[in-house]
Amino acid sequence: MSTLLRDNQLKRQNLLDILFRNVTRLCAFAVLALLVGIIISLVMSSSLAINEFGFGFLTSSDWNPVTEKFGALVPIVGTLATSIIALLIAIPVSFGIAIFLTELSPQWMRRPLGIAIELLAGIPSIIYGMWGLFVFVPIFADHIEPWINDNLGQLPLLSPLFLGPNLGISVLAAGIILAIMVIPFIASVMRDVFDVVPSLLKESAYGLGATTWEVMYQVVLPYTKIGVVGGIMLGLGRALGETMAITFVIGNAHQLSASLLKPGNSISSALANEFTEAVGDLYTSALVELGLILFFITFVVLSLARLMLYKLAQREGRGA
Amino acid sequence: MSKLNRLLASIGLSAALLSAGTVLASEITGAGSTFPYPVYAKWAEAYKAQTGVGLNYQSIGSGGGIKQITAKTVNFGASDKPLTPDELSKVGLIQFPTVIGGVVPVINVEGIQPGQMKITADTLAAIYLGKITKWNDPKLAADNKGLKLPDTNITVVHRSDGSGTTFIFVTYLSQVNAEWKASVGADTSVAWPTGMGGKGNEGVAANVKSIKNSIGYVEYAYAKQNKMDYVLMKNHDGQFVKPDDVNFKAAAANAKWKAEENFYQILTNQPGKDSWPISGATFILMHAKQDNADSAKDVLKFFDWAYSNGDKLAAELDYVPLPDSVKKQIRDAWKAQIKGADGKAVW
Repeated sequence: MSTLLRDNQLKRQNLLDILFRNVTRLCAFAVLALLVGIIISLVMSSSLAINEFGFGFLTSSDWNPVTEKFGALVPIVGTLATSIIALLIAIPVSFGIAIFLTELSPQWMRRPLGIAIELLAGIPSIIYGMWGLFVFVPIFADHIEPWINDNLGQLPLLSPLFLGPNLGISVLAAGIILAIMVIPFIASVMRDVFDVVPSLLKESAYGLGATTWEVMYQVVLPYTKIGVVGGIMLGLGRALGETMAITFVIGNAHQLSASLLKPGNSISSALANEFTEAVGDLYTSALVELGLILFFITFVVLSLARLMLYKLAQREGRGA
Repeated sequence: MSKLNRLLASIGLSAALLSAGTVLASEITGAGSTFPYPVYAKWAEAYKAQTGVGLNYQSIGSGGGIKQITAKTVNFGASDKPLTPDELSKVGLIQFPTVIGGVVPVINVEGIQPGQMKITADTLAAIYLGKITKWNDPKLAADNKGLKLPDTNITVVHRSDGSGTTFIFVTYLSQVNAEWKASVGADTSVAWPTGMGGKGNEGVAANVKSIKNSIGYVEYAYAKQNKMDYVLMKNHDGQFVKPDDVNFKAAAANAKWKAEENFYQILTNQPGKDSWPISGATFILMHAKQDNADSAKDVLKFFDWAYSNGDKLAAELDYVPLPDSVKKQIRDAWKAQIKGADGKAVW
């Protein structure tokens, strides 16, 4: 009797196991199905624009809703430029934050600082946008841009990038706001991975007379590079897709210009601005195609990151 | 298991309650432009208090409004940009205006007070075309003798999102300036030759306020509530007029509204010595042939009530009500144009 009961119990548990496995599988496949569904619907909705403009859509800087001539060059350039600026600023700053928090900061300061950084990550992007527009942009226009024009603008090769009107609202301002937004993401990932480096490794290096910088650069960073790259990619992903904060400070002008001090546009900002009042099928379709391009850019960037990690791992294998 | 049952039962019960709720209270649904949303919401609140009939208006934008009413998912659509009679007849819609708004050019130039600067249509177009780039340009100076105009670059600010405000503004520029018409044209968003975009009225207002020597254009309510430096515009009759509700109303009263053309009327550059030249109405779209005459009648009852009782509420929000003569024309048009499935007039 008791064995029978146990058998029943076993059978039931087995059933539950199968059920559980299938439910989790369903969840995982649902994500895939969703992804494919999104791609298919984006392609279908943008087919009108794809047929009309072909590859010219990617290289044309026209954006004229009246004559229905559309091209994505300005928003693509804006998206890439703001994201690159953001990373150029955010990576060194985040690295500094993470080093300080894991190695140099006094123990009592670590927790409050760490929490403050995580709180920064939780601020909704619209707040960054408003703060950017009302606080940062005026300061940027009055104090920082004149300095950039006078100094960076005079450098031989960089001058086209840094000469422009002192309006505040610009691609550079958008990049800086983005940097502020992604720093908490990158910094907290970096801190977490730096924390898992065995103290044995670090202490050995210190014991050999290494400076903090040498320990960070030659022991901690190689040990954690996969995590660090992952954190940077997380930040980049956020930077590429960020909408509201950018919309407020980038100036939303469909004009191509070498200068980072001039207003520009980004893909997500163009979508947020124009979708509601886009009247006409071709216009809507062109906007959806912009979305498709953003999807594609994000996909390529993430794939490149994967590839890079893979190469790194390979080289490691050969070294050892 | 019993817990699950209880959960399911409670979900079913609340679903039943919800659906019962929607059946009991009759409701009008509409979707479309964002510009009149505050006044529609105000009217709806007062109307519901009096009649018990609610309005569910989704301010998803004019483009969305047109799509929704074409697909018949709502009782009425709303658009800031009037559809031409051709566009309307193609999908079997009729349209009528509800309230009037004015678009006001605003500036931020040191030492110049609200209402001091005078601008003509051609000068405004030239500024937005990027042809006039300095505040002390001879053209501006000629209209503003006695004002001290600075030798600084003009920063042009426009809307970055598609909007009825932009439509009214660029329609005006197209009307008065041949070059604008040929090279830019008019729509809810255009390919701006120069300047930067701010999102929404608030975005343009913030940009103009923070950027020295800039010019932008906003809805009248924004200019008034933010106490921005408005300019005087030269109107069709050659008078420099101030942007206020009296002058917007003058533009609407002097316009020739035609019911047979579905009130397709853009109130820019209207004759009359008081008419503010950059005015425009916002519109409601409905199907001419109604499958459900009762719900159509509910919509018309609501707007009839709003025309009779809503002027004060509109004025409080700085919208300008339609002149009485136009309201009468609209009611007549309902009778003539909106038919039920049986061919009988709904109104």
